Amino acid sequence: MYASVPYMNKDIGPTTPSMDVVLLQQVAVNRDREAFAALFDMFAPRVKSFMMRKGATAEIAEDLVQETMITVWSKAALFVPERGGVSTWIFTIARNLRIDRLRREKTSLYTDIDDYDAESNDPAQDEAMSRLQEDGFVARALAQIPEEQRSLLLLSYVEDLPQSEIAIRLQIPLGTVKSRMRLAYRRMRKLLETLS
Amino acid sequence: MKLAHHLDDATIIAYAAGTLGEAHGFAVATHLAYCDQCRSAVRQAENLGGSLLMQQEENAVSNTCRSATLASLEARPPASPLKFRPSANAASAIPAVLCNLIGNQKLDELKWKTKGPGLASFEIPLSSNNNTHLQLLRIGPGRKMPEHGHGGEELTVVLRGSYSDHTGRYGVGDVADLDEDIEHQPVVDSDVACICLIATEAPTRFKSFWARLLQPIIGI
Repeated sequence: MYASVPYMNKDIGPTTPSMDVVLLQQVAVNRDREAFAALFDMFAPRVKSFMMRKGATAEIAEDLVQETMITVWSKAALFVPERGGVSTWIFTIARNLRIDRLRREKTSLYTDIDDYDAESNDPAQDEAMSRLQEDGFVARALAQIPEEQRSLLLLSYVEDLPQSEIAIRLQIPLGTVKSRMRLAYRRMRKLLETLS
Repeated sequence: MKLAHHLDDATIIAYAAGTLGEAHGFAVATHLAYCDQCRSAVRQAENLGGSLLMQQEENAVSNTCRSATLASLEARPPASPLKFRPSANAASAIPAVLCNLIGNQKLDELKWKTKGPGLASFEIPLSSNNNTHLQLLRIGPGRKMPEHGHGGEELTVVLRGSYSDHTGRYGVGDVADLDEDIEHQPVVDSDVACICLIATEAPTRFKSFWARLLQPIIGI
């Protein structure tokens, strides 16, 4: 029943905004396996791509997909919608797993900060954030920034390349990489303000 | 907490994307523990990650993986809610993320290595395969630093006391996330010793502000 719901429109992001949030809540409250399977089908193929971008083999990528999705299952009740969309939450789970398993580095530098978030002092801002993600504003803004900046974001978020390595790969100074990152980020924030 | 010095947007992106070295990641996390503004900026940057994830092409997942995942759910009880750790903070007066990293010891009870008059350091162990360097420095009141420039990626977070240079005054929670080529001359201007958390790159790659200053003394 869930599979028929159109989730993504390539240009503007989620067209049925809260579908993934609804599914996640069903998992959190009712331990609903059918809802979980629907989430799996939405996210797993993209998480697999994400893992393979970092150089994981298909086999290892699928192990990490499984771990990501099992974390979604067991931590569903800890999802804080005010902090961002479900895709953002799953991105952070996948990112942390990638650091832990593929880079073998510590992830407490992320997980020990979650404590503070639960007691954020700026709920208005947080709420604005989640609404933006749900309505596909982030995806839409992303489509509007210059390709030169968007490709840097992809190298960073998806390929997991440090800024110093991006500089080497693109043969541009590190300072230029950073200033393009800042431009992309500020432009995003500005676009989000106007879009919303 | 209202702070004077924040993270560079490029650093916010790198942290959210997961591409910072471990030492720099911990320095950012330590600042985030003090700073609502930068934490909110990180959340925004993480939302970029969510959108970029959804724009990935779909790479079909095998039935084996799908059914193995579904079959393993029974054995996975719901995770318990987040634990607040105010006690860890109160005991040591430093953020939990750092407290956990140094084995829940108090700053004053660490095994500081004296490196010179009014100067001591404490090395924080990180993952063996990472090539960044994280340490605490304790610098006595009134101590002046020689003129210098940065080299390599470096982050400094103040945990106790304060220091000043021409870029401003840095108090507890403030982060110095400066361009490599900024010349500055920090002076500890608090009555107590200033304790900073300093993330630097592997010493072979560059000579940084603190490293250049202290290398003859402590060999970082």
